[in-house]
Amino acid sequence: MHELSIVAGLFETLSAQARENRAARITGVTLRIGRLSGVVPELLESAFDMYKKGTIAEAAKLTVEVVPLRVRCRACGAERGVESYVFLCAACASPDLEILQGTEMILERIELESDDA
Amino acid sequence: MATKDVIVLADLLGTNKKIASDIRTELERRGILAVNLLSSPGAGKTSLLEQIAVRLRDTAKMAVIEGDIETERDAERIRARGVPAWQITTGGACHLEAKMIARVLPQVPPESEFLFIENVGNLVCPASYELGERLRFVLLSTPEGDDKPKKYPKAFTTSDVLVLTKVDLLPYLPFDLEKVKAEALELNPRLQIFVTSAVTGQGLDELIAFLWRARRDLTARHA
Repeated sequence: MHELSIVAGLFETLSAQARENRAARITGVTLRIGRLSGVVPELLESAFDMYKKGTIAEAAKLTVEVVPLRVRCRACGAERGVESYVFLCAACASPDLEILQGTEMILERIELESDDA
Repeated sequence: MATKDVIVLADLLGTNKKIASDIRTELERRGILAVNLLSSPGAGKTSLLEQIAVRLRDTAKMAVIEGDIETERDAERIRARGVPAWQITTGGACHLEAKMIARVLPQVPPESEFLFIENVGNLVCPASYELGERLRFVLLSTPEGDDKPKKYPKAFTTSDVLVLTKVDLLPYLPFDLEKVKAEALELNPRLQIFVTSAVTGQGLDELIAFLWRARRDLTARHA
């Protein structure tokens, strides 16, 4: 249950972004969360809703895009998705795999509103 | 009222990664091999560290940072073995973060050769936080069951070493050692596996030899 401490860090970035862009409100937040990131999207959403009260993102809608795990074999170059956490190349059985995506935890974009015309 | 979309692309763990990277650079510059130990509560992290302390204290300078939600107990156990230890109590947090290590680091003797960081007992959350370690150990004790690697994949995919503990209990448990090794290697083919018991001493000399090799590699790289 480290989702709350991740969300606390997220809100530091959000308020910095709002200041930088002279925004009055943040209305949308989109995260990209890898399947092997170690956090649970549902728990992130609850933590976000709990944390946002009284902040500049009080009315923000959170969107979590879950990123599937994909690897590339360094031996034969084959690329594929990983469903069952078997980290061996399905084509040549090499264990030398590069993780292309699926471990990230990224604040992708935010939607801001400002009061000036 | 104006609205705008901003592409941010910020790593949610970016702050922790930056602090961890600074810690790693500093420790490696000093020639300190740092090991982050992960496991569920009661898998035997402190018992393993006690046994490492007994085997390293006369030939090496080692230090230990203990992470727990409450109490100074683990640090006291390590100090009783003649090794300096600092306790971090997180007051509820389920994992250690790099900034907590950064606060303790000035107290770690600069001439240390090994620094062991015992994480909060939890097979989930600590896996997401780098602490500046060179090596990550995940411990799995035989009473926990042989199905754990696939159930808690991140702890196993992000570790360098799997230490199977309490193997002296194998005669009493339905624990398939070969199945665990095979499943852990499916998750992480680079994982080095040690089969150990803090009671009988099985596998500990091999683990100590591995630690010395890892430290030699570290100092050779930074010589």
